[in-house]
Amino acid sequence: MDTLEHELRNHPFLGDLSPAYLTLLAGCAANVHFPAGAFLFREGTPADQCFLLRKGKVALEIAAGGRGPLIIQTVAAGEVTGFSWLLEPHLWQFDGRVIEPVSAVALDGRCLRAKCEDDPRLGFELMRRFATLATGRLQSARLRLLDVYGTAHATSR
Amino acid sequence: MQPLAEAVRPWLDREPWRVAGIRQESRDTVSLELEPPAGCTFSFLPGQFNMLYAFGVGEVPISVSGDPATVGPVLHTIRDVGAVTHALCTLQPGQQVGVRGPYGTHWPMAEAEGGDVLVLAGGVGLPPLRPAIYHLLAHRQRYRRIALLYGARTPGDLLFPGELAAWRGRFDLYVQVTVDAAAEDWRGDVGVVPDFIGLAPFDPATTTAFVVGPEVMILFTVRALIRAGLRDEQIFLSTERNMQCATGMCGHCQLGPFLVCRDGPVFCYRPLAPWLRRREA
Repeated sequence: MDTLEHELRNHPFLGDLSPAYLTLLAGCAANVHFPAGAFLFREGTPADQCFLLRKGKVALEIAAGGRGPLIIQTVAAGEVTGFSWLLEPHLWQFDGRVIEPVSAVALDGRCLRAKCEDDPRLGFELMRRFATLATGRLQSARLRLLDVYGTAHATSR
Repeated sequence: MQPLAEAVRPWLDREPWRVAGIRQESRDTVSLELEPPAGCTFSFLPGQFNMLYAFGVGEVPISVSGDPATVGPVLHTIRDVGAVTHALCTLQPGQQVGVRGPYGTHWPMAEAEGGDVLVLAGGVGLPPLRPAIYHLLAHRQRYRRIALLYGARTPGDLLFPGELAAWRGRFDLYVQVTVDAAAEDWRGDVGVVPDFIGLAPFDPATTTAFVVGPEVMILFTVRALIRAGLRDEQIFLSTERNMQCATGMCGHCQLGPFLVCRDGPVFCYRPLAPWLRRREA
């Protein structure tokens, strides 16, 4: 049977952490499963977890008045969703709706924060990874903001 | 030097082609099936383009978007963004259009053999890559893993949805389709093409990447490919500049030391890199 430590080692986000840190983080981890249509989290509720997706797909959505939810981004197996556990006020900024049944490792945010406080080296390592992830998402959002497939970027002949 | 009378012949002695069929690919994009005049045989290599002339309106370069191995009407996929493309997109079956070509360089299909191939398309960048995809699939055993990553603005802007679905059903082709924005009922991915490079199956050491899309998308995609371990010389892209003559005479499409119509549109990224990053180019 796969242990949580093994699951963490097999995930691209944390896989190259030292075995000692993986053991430490496994203490904050739990295996979770969600069916299609379920919500991993809802906007405005306490963000006390992050999810390392092993299978499935999640849509990050924002409710737009009168238009129904808009999908901002999708996150799939091998990726991570949730940085709100890291930064105050620790509230989810979006809804996370399951599009394809999800198997994930959920890491408890409060537990992670405590371990980071206790071991600043681990804290820095996790902060570096989440900052890289957040920067990638920001770049992606900027690229979409440019609307590169719109007519403004087309040769107008 | 080529005599002037000979040099201008591309515009002379050409029988018009006939619109044999029209396919509405999306809200603003149309594929024209163009039939050459009797006695004219036409062949092209994946990535090459033709100059299409809407009579009385103007001429534009359009990549051939059909199967290079198929005999019959030649497919061109055109987005309605200006006067000439609007005239082309509103042609009716039986009407005529001026065609000269094929022009330009082609995708390095032979050079990519034996390795993995990444095909990365954004928006109307898929049509210029479609002949290459047909070639890859027709000669599947010559290549290792093949991945297609395609991004569009919204689900309604995706081109060739039926074909994408068929390609997704294949076990020997990895297909990732993504859009910039979608409503709740969209079951696919939302994100940009570079986001998905890390998830695609390929070995950077043996991979050849073909990239077409708006220039901003190309630059972000190339950065992501290099981060993933590809070298400049493994990346090929099709670029667009103000092509007018397509024969290297007028100079309108100059990009640094290159004339895109003559030296491109398909370039290896390595020699092009300094010029793509230069504001004045």
